[in-house]
Amino acid sequence: MPGNPAWSLSWNVVRDIQEMWSLPSMVNAYRAGTIIAVTAGVVGWFMVLRRQTFAGHTISLAGFPGAAGAVLLGVASGYGYFGFCVAAALVIAYGTRPGNREPGNESALTGVVQAFALACGMLFVSLYGGFLNQVDNLLFGNILGITDGDVIVLAAVAVAVLGAMAAIGRPLLFASVDPDVARARGVPVRLLGALFLVLLGAATAEVSQITGSLLVFALLVMPAATAQIITARPGLSLLLTVLIGLVVSWVGFAFAYFTSYPIGFYITTFAFGAYVLAYLVRGAGPALAARVSRPRSSPDPAKAVGAA
Amino acid sequence: MTKSPAPAKDVTAMSVDPETVSAGAEAGAVIALRGAAATVGGRTLWSGVDLTVRSGEFVAVLGPNGVGKSTLIKVLLGTLPSAAGTVSVLGRRPGGAGERIGYLPQRRNFDASLRIRGIDIVRLGLDGDRWGIPIPGAARFSAQRRAQQARVREVIDLVGASAYAHRPIGALSGGEQQRLLIAQALVRRPGLLLLDEPLDSLDLPNQASVAALIHRICREANVAVVMVAHDVNPILPYLDRVVYIASGGAACGTPQEVITTETLTRLYSTPVEVLRTSDGRLVVVGGPEAPALHTDRHAHADQRPERQGADRHAG
Repeated sequence: MPGNPAWSLSWNVVRDIQEMWSLPSMVNAYRAGTIIAVTAGVVGWFMVLRRQTFAGHTISLAGFPGAAGAVLLGVASGYGYFGFCVAAALVIAYGTRPGNREPGNESALTGVVQAFALACGMLFVSLYGGFLNQVDNLLFGNILGITDGDVIVLAAVAVAVLGAMAAIGRPLLFASVDPDVARARGVPVRLLGALFLVLLGAATAEVSQITGSLLVFALLVMPAATAQIITARPGLSLLLTVLIGLVVSWVGFAFAYFTSYPIGFYITTFAFGAYVLAYLVRGAGPALAARVSRPRSSPDPAKAVGAA
Repeated sequence: MTKSPAPAKDVTAMSVDPETVSAGAEAGAVIALRGAAATVGGRTLWSGVDLTVRSGEFVAVLGPNGVGKSTLIKVLLGTLPSAAGTVSVLGRRPGGAGERIGYLPQRRNFDASLRIRGIDIVRLGLDGDRWGIPIPGAARFSAQRRAQQARVREVIDLVGASAYAHRPIGALSGGEQQRLLIAQALVRRPGLLLLDEPLDSLDLPNQASVAALIHRICREANVAVVMVAHDVNPILPYLDRVVYIASGGAACGTPQEVITTETLTRLYSTPVEVLRTSDGRLVVVGGPEAPALHTDRHAHADQRPERQGADRHAG
C-alpha cells in the first residue's frame, strides 16, 4: 500500500501473507473481497448470459453520483452505491418493461440514464469541492478503510442476493435462454427480469465498493465471460465464474498491498489475463490437438520403414 | 367450420362414431373449438372456427401471412382469449392444461454465442419452471433425478440428436436446433404439440426429415399435433387434416377436400387454382400469396394485420 510504513516484500510468501493479514484493514479487505467475488460471480454469470452488460454498466455508473452524493452528505459511500444502483435498476426495469417494446428503446433509455447519472456525479463532486482524491476512489476503487461494519453490511446484502438467486435460479435460466417457451410454461418472465435487475443493482453496488464505478466489470463480467468460454455446462460454468472471481480478487489484493498501484488495476488486469488465456486456449485447442495427434500417427510408418 | 364449404364441414364429425358425435365429441377430443374467433387490435382475424383434434392426429394450419395462424396457437395456449364461442384444450379451458402442452414458438434461433448445451435446453423443458436450483450430485441419492435424466436422454434419442446434444446450442445448425427444440417440447410427454412453423428456415432435406420425425412422434407417442405451416408440401403425405385460414374465413377437412380450387376460391373470394405436380405436390396459383412461397416471413406478421389485409383486398 502506498505510504504504508509496514510494507516490505520478501521472497517468503507465507511470511508476506502473515504480514499482510496482520493489518486489520487488509483482513477486512479480504473478507469483503471474498463476499463480493461470490455475489458478483453468480449475478454476473446471469447478466452475461442474458446479454445485459449494457444495463449492468449503466447501473454501475449510477453508483458514482450515489457515492459522491453520500460523501457530500457525510454518509458512508456504501449507502450511496446501494441506493443509486438499485434505483437505476428499477428505472431500467420500468423503462424496458414489455408493452412499450420498440426496437432500440432499451439501449437508448439505458444510455439516457447512464449519461444523466455521470453528470450528477460530477456535479456532486464539484459541490463537495476540495478533496479530488476522493473521485479516483469512487471511480477506480479502494481497499483502504473497509471497517467491520462495512463487511457486515456487505455480507447481509450478499446473503439476501444469493438467497434470492437460489430461489429463482432455474426459472431465471429458462426465462433467459428461452423466454417464449418459459412464458408458455407459466414462468413469470417479466417479473423475473425486473427482479434480476434489482439483484444486479445490489451486486453492482457491492462490487463498486472495491473496484469503483468504472471497473465493476472486472468482477461482474470478466469471470463469467471467461467461464462461459471454457465450458457450456451451466453448473460448472457458474462454479468456475465464482472461482475465477475469488482468485483474481485475492491475488489482486496482495499485489495492491505490496506495490503502490491501485487495486482496480490489478483485479481488472488479472481478470483480463484469464479471459485472454481462456480465449487463446479455446482457439488454439483444436489446432494443438491436431498437432499432438499427428506425430503419434507418423511414427508408425517410420517404424515400418525402419523394420523393412 | 361455418362459412366453409359443406364437404369439409362434416369431416370432423366423420372421424368419430355417429352416436358419440353430439355428446362425446368434446369429451374425447384433445382440442375442441366451437364457433371460436380471434380479435387482435379490434380487428377480427377469423371467426366461426369449429375444430376437433384427437390423440395421434396430425393437423396443419395453413394460410397466407398475417391471417392469424399463430394467433390460433395463442388461443389454444390461452395467451389470447377467444373472442367468441367455446374453446377446450385437453378437456380444460385454454391455459388450464399448460403442463400437458408441448409448444414450439415461431422462428427461434439461438444466438450463435450462447454457451448453453442442447441437453440443458431440453432439460429446462422438463423442470425449468420449478423454483430453486438443482442440487449438484443429487442424482446419486434421488431416484427421481435419475428418472428425469433418463427421460431427457430418451427424448433426445427419439429425435436423433444424441450426437450433438452436448454441444453449445448456438453452434448447431438450424435443423439440429429444431430437433432439440422438438425434444424439449416432448420431454414432459405432452398430450398436445403446438408447433409454429417448425420447418421455416430449414433447407429442403431437413424439412423432409423433421416433418417425418414429427409424424413418427405423432403416431408412436399418440400425441395430437397442431402445426402452423407456410408450405404444405413437406408435410402433405402425413396430414390427417388441415385448417385453411384466409380473409376472415376458415375451412377444415382432409387436404384433398380443403386444398382444392373450389374451396380456396371461396375462401379468398377471388379465383384461385390448385395444381398438382407429377410427384403429388400441390401448388396454389393466383392466391394473393401462395402457401408455397417462402419470402417475407415475419415473427410479428399477426401484429400488422391492417396493412396485409389491405394488400390482400387490393390484390
